[in-house]
Amino acid sequence: MFYRENGQFKTSYLADQQIFPIAQDRWAIGLLLAAAFVGVPLLADEYLFRAILIPFVILSMAALGVNILVGYCGQISLGSGAFMAVGAYMAYNTFVRIEGMPMLVALLSGGFCAMLVGIFFGIPSLRVKGLYLAVATLAAQFFCDWAFARIGWFTNDSSSGSVAVSGLSLLGWKIDEPSEKYLFCLGLTVITALLAKNLVRSAIGREWMAIRDMDVAAAVIGIRPMYAKLSAFAVSSFIVGVAGALWGFIHLGSWEPAAFSIDRSFQLLFIVIIGGLGSIMGAFFGAAFIVVLPIVLNQLLPALGDLVGLTVSTAMISHAEFMIFGALIVWFLIAEPHGLAKLWSVGKQKLRLWPFPH
Amino acid sequence: MAFFLETVFGGLMAGMLYSLVALGFVLIFKASGVFNFAQGAMVLFAALAMARFSEWIPAWIGIDNKFLANALAFVVAALFMLAFAYLVERWVLRHLVNQEGVTLLMATLGITYFLDGLGQTIFGSAVYKIDVGMPKEPIFVFDTVFEGGLLVNKEDLIAALVAACLVMALSLFFQKTSTGRALRAVADDHQAAQSIGIPLNRMWVIVWFVAGLTALVAGIIWGSKIGVQFSLTTVALKALPVIILGGLTSVPGAIIGGLIIGVGEKVSEVYLGPMIGGGIELWFAYVLALVFLLFRPQGLFGEKIIDRV
Repeated sequence: MFYRENGQFKTSYLADQQIFPIAQDRWAIGLLLAAAFVGVPLLADEYLFRAILIPFVILSMAALGVNILVGYCGQISLGSGAFMAVGAYMAYNTFVRIEGMPMLVALLSGGFCAMLVGIFFGIPSLRVKGLYLAVATLAAQFFCDWAFARIGWFTNDSSSGSVAVSGLSLLGWKIDEPSEKYLFCLGLTVITALLAKNLVRSAIGREWMAIRDMDVAAAVIGIRPMYAKLSAFAVSSFIVGVAGALWGFIHLGSWEPAAFSIDRSFQLLFIVIIGGLGSIMGAFFGAAFIVVLPIVLNQLLPALGDLVGLTVSTAMISHAEFMIFGALIVWFLIAEPHGLAKLWSVGKQKLRLWPFPH
Repeated sequence: MAFFLETVFGGLMAGMLYSLVALGFVLIFKASGVFNFAQGAMVLFAALAMARFSEWIPAWIGIDNKFLANALAFVVAALFMLAFAYLVERWVLRHLVNQEGVTLLMATLGITYFLDGLGQTIFGSAVYKIDVGMPKEPIFVFDTVFEGGLLVNKEDLIAALVAACLVMALSLFFQKTSTGRALRAVADDHQAAQSIGIPLNRMWVIVWFVAGLTALVAGIIWGSKIGVQFSLTTVALKALPVIILGGLTSVPGAIIGGLIIGVGEKVSEVYLGPMIGGGIELWFAYVLALVFLLFRPQGLFGEKIIDRV
């Protein structure tokens, strides 16, 4: 009733090609952004920031990066955790070793190093694809795990491989309150999402999708597979690297290599699958789901156990979490391969016709 | 020299165990085109079932014979793997027929998580041990050739023997029985096999069950060596570079790839490790597979990969 585009005439190509062509969408996204930037910092308490909002925002950003590689370019990667680690540790080194280094530059340099590593481990994608590439990216994961734990230079020779940063600020704005951290991450993530959205609907994004749909056919019509694949690896691992740096600097504060283990890679892949392969919106849905589900289970399962007179231990909750994630992945792949984002767009379609479907 | 040979021997033994897991991968990939990431989880699940039932069964029915208890536990664990194979076919594979390889790979990732959680919910998550009466004491061989001889674990020799028997039994099964022939037909061409009346769904159950059995054997050998614990799944991940090296569709490739990785890993750890900080066992196999992929993507014995539009 309220959600329809009757009377909204497009008179120019630009108007037709904008990201949100429907006025109601523009209003909704504007309101959402206002709520996220103004409303949430006023209302949320510290626990909400630390446990849900900051991880959600940073993981969304990482998922954006993974989605470009896996969802748009079709190159499956199990090494995203490694790229996050490269981003975090190289940002740390830039930040600590160079006197007076601005934090933002350090974060971006972490992303840049992750990009170089990503391109390097992306080289096998020129020869192999699919399953084989998954194993090749596992090499990145295990090599980086080892390198950051064993090579002293990366961790400034700290004995346990754990490092810490302090004194974060941006152009004189001290970032130490949880709400400030949240705002900083949110700002970067929104900018990244906008850039990513524009990338995937431009020429290079169409090249990625052509490679994803059938790489031989794409090569035949004149798309350079090397350029397309390596650029996807570069952009993806840059974003993932910056997200990793944020995860270390802002969310954790002090961290060790185990924070970016293979489980993180799987988690990012799950976010992308559940949220929706090949969808910018999906990265946010998926991240929200992955961050909130364990917390809900932690509250819900003991309560359910009490009902039937069972005490549910924390170990049992974590096992149940594993099972639910696993079952959900399979269920999504079977029932809705395009994830939550697809459900969202189906819902919007229905809303356009509601309440008169004919 | 003796030390070098010992290192190589240790590597061969580790490689044998990787091969056992890799075998399961190859079987499933051949018959259903699924890159089964869950093989490691299957090893853990089977080993957990075996370890726990060999404790529980004597307590339930009050038998004191260790051999009988182990045999019963083996049967029960095998039944679990059969049920697992059936459910995977019924609930997952049947709905994902004709999907792309990558989708199936991600589905098996989901199965991995589910199975890890399920196994630890049912059987607990502590470290359990499997005692099938493997002799632990080391023996010395070739003491006429080298001074002091070579130190060899009897356990390792038995494990190698079991693995060799398993491979022989599998190749007999594939070459001589009618089910094996049907499986090879399915592996060759799904549609052609179906059109001459081979029931695809039942074949998939069978092949997942056979893979489950190899997982069980691998789990028993590993479990009696290092104990049944969650870290088994990480070790089982090493089977991935093994099949890349050996070729995704080749049973001998899985064996030889496993041995190469096992020896390479141990030798490089001992001789190269001290130079760059040690612990390179963690990634050596993967980097070796990565280098291999660049030059020979189909692996040592795999079929050549041909892309068609």
